Amino acid sequence: MANNTKIVVENLNFYYGNDKALKDVSMLIQENKITALIGPSGCGKSTFLRVLNRMNDLIHGTRLEGKVLIDGHDIYSNTTDVVELRKRVGMVFQKSNPFPKSIFDNVAYGSRAHGIRDKTRLTNIVEESLKKAALWDEVKDKLKQPAMDLSGGQQQRLCIARALAINPEIILMDEPASALDPISTAKIEELIRILKEKYTIVIVTHNMQQAARVSDYTGFFLLGELIEFSDTNKIFTSPQDRRTEEYITGRFG
Amino acid sequence: MKGQQIYQQVAFLGLRLSTLIIISVLGLIIWFLGKRGVSALSWEFLTQAPRNGMTEGGIFPALIGTLCLTLGAIIFALPLGVFAAIYLTEYAKQGRLVRIIRLGINNLAGVPSVVFGLFGLAMFVEYLRFGSSILSGSLTLGILILPTIIRASEEALLAIPQTFREASLALGASRWHTIYKAVLPAASPGILTGAILGIGRAAGETAPIIFTAACFYTPRLPHSIFDQVMALPFHLYVLATEGTHFEKTLPLQYGTALVLLGLVLGINLIAVVIRTRLRRKMRW
Repeated sequence: MANNTKIVVENLNFYYGNDKALKDVSMLIQENKITALIGPSGCGKSTFLRVLNRMNDLIHGTRLEGKVLIDGHDIYSNTTDVVELRKRVGMVFQKSNPFPKSIFDNVAYGSRAHGIRDKTRLTNIVEESLKKAALWDEVKDKLKQPAMDLSGGQQQRLCIARALAINPEIILMDEPASALDPISTAKIEELIRILKEKYTIVIVTHNMQQAARVSDYTGFFLLGELIEFSDTNKIFTSPQDRRTEEYITGRFG
Repeated sequence: MKGQQIYQQVAFLGLRLSTLIIISVLGLIIWFLGKRGVSALSWEFLTQAPRNGMTEGGIFPALIGTLCLTLGAIIFALPLGVFAAIYLTEYAKQGRLVRIIRLGINNLAGVPSVVFGLFGLAMFVEYLRFGSSILSGSLTLGILILPTIIRASEEALLAIPQTFREASLALGASRWHTIYKAVLPAASPGILTGAILGIGRAAGETAPIIFTAACFYTPRLPHSIFDQVMALPFHLYVLATEGTHFEKTLPLQYGTALVLLGLVLGINLIAVVIRTRLRRKMRW
């Protein structure tokens, strides 16, 4: 399968007010591959992730320099419709955040927001998404029950199903398993591996072993800079930068 | 150690005492009214118009009048108040302008109700020529309860975690859809609380409606929103101060008070039940 570049980031500088959180970051993200971003707390990897679907726009006083192209189109240009962008670039958050609604209404939320009203269509979308998220068997008999009644791992898979339901091309995951027990984490990692066949996935994780297990490419962030970016195998077996090696071997972070 | 224990016991005793006093006051009011007014209560009392110089008969038209005015006030104030709260918390840039608006709303809450009555008289009854009517009364009462509803709605909206909004926006929903479908439903119990408080006040206020809606006596029920109405608080006031048969109407006065209390408590109960069910469905 030929490698297509899905996202191009060129010389990205990002500011929270006067604080420069991302310094001259450039990266190519390949289609239908899993790209992991690792680094110690506060290094900017979550900020970088949120740049990709413009979720940082919600925070006051943020500023961006540089280019972010998805399929060749600059997503920060004046002509970009942010709502349309977020339909194509889905996100799963660190702490699962299902709406205080039923399981069905949660998964159907995105589709309804995009104007889909037909009951049959919605039912099909919900079922497909829950199956893709490996949650269908556990909830198929209680779709009308509150989503908040599910366990932590189930809630996170629900959030993944909810993100899948809008049929995005890219899925951004911000430490999706950090709040979960090992069994749920394993389930989610398995899920991510299956998902890459259809979606481009960028995952932020502070768990290096997870990055090594799951991803095709890995980028190492430190204090707002992208120190190293390459094949996951290469980065973990023969890192080029001394700082990368120190982080991976546990010297810090 | 022992000192801390004693201190804690005293504090808890104080708390329990305060709660007891508050509940006793409510109990006393109900008991006091009940003892003197329960004799007047009957099916007739609730369904018939007053007769014989208000010494006999019932308070039906006043009951209807109060219901109309309260309903009108809420119809006016609830949507307006909720939208104002949404604007202040979700859309407006938090700066000096918003602070000034909030200051204005808080001051509005402190305006004496008789001043509202006068305002209603000048604005709705005379300037807009609605005359003394359900319309004028409802609008005046609506403005009276507006600050309460705005404040309660604001609190309810601010209590919704930001993660709900983020989740919705990340799914490609517009900002309005996010507010309308994700935030507002979750805030509805809190908003309902504001509505409950507003209803209670609107039903019981006397001064605003004296100038704008209430009349001493009208032989028939209102036909349109431009009609004057009788109202429970005003009826009570009239019986107690200007009625020509003060002694004979005493039980009727207390009965009216009981009905007013019962009406407000009844509406509150319905609203609380609705709110409980909403809370159960939407817990987070």
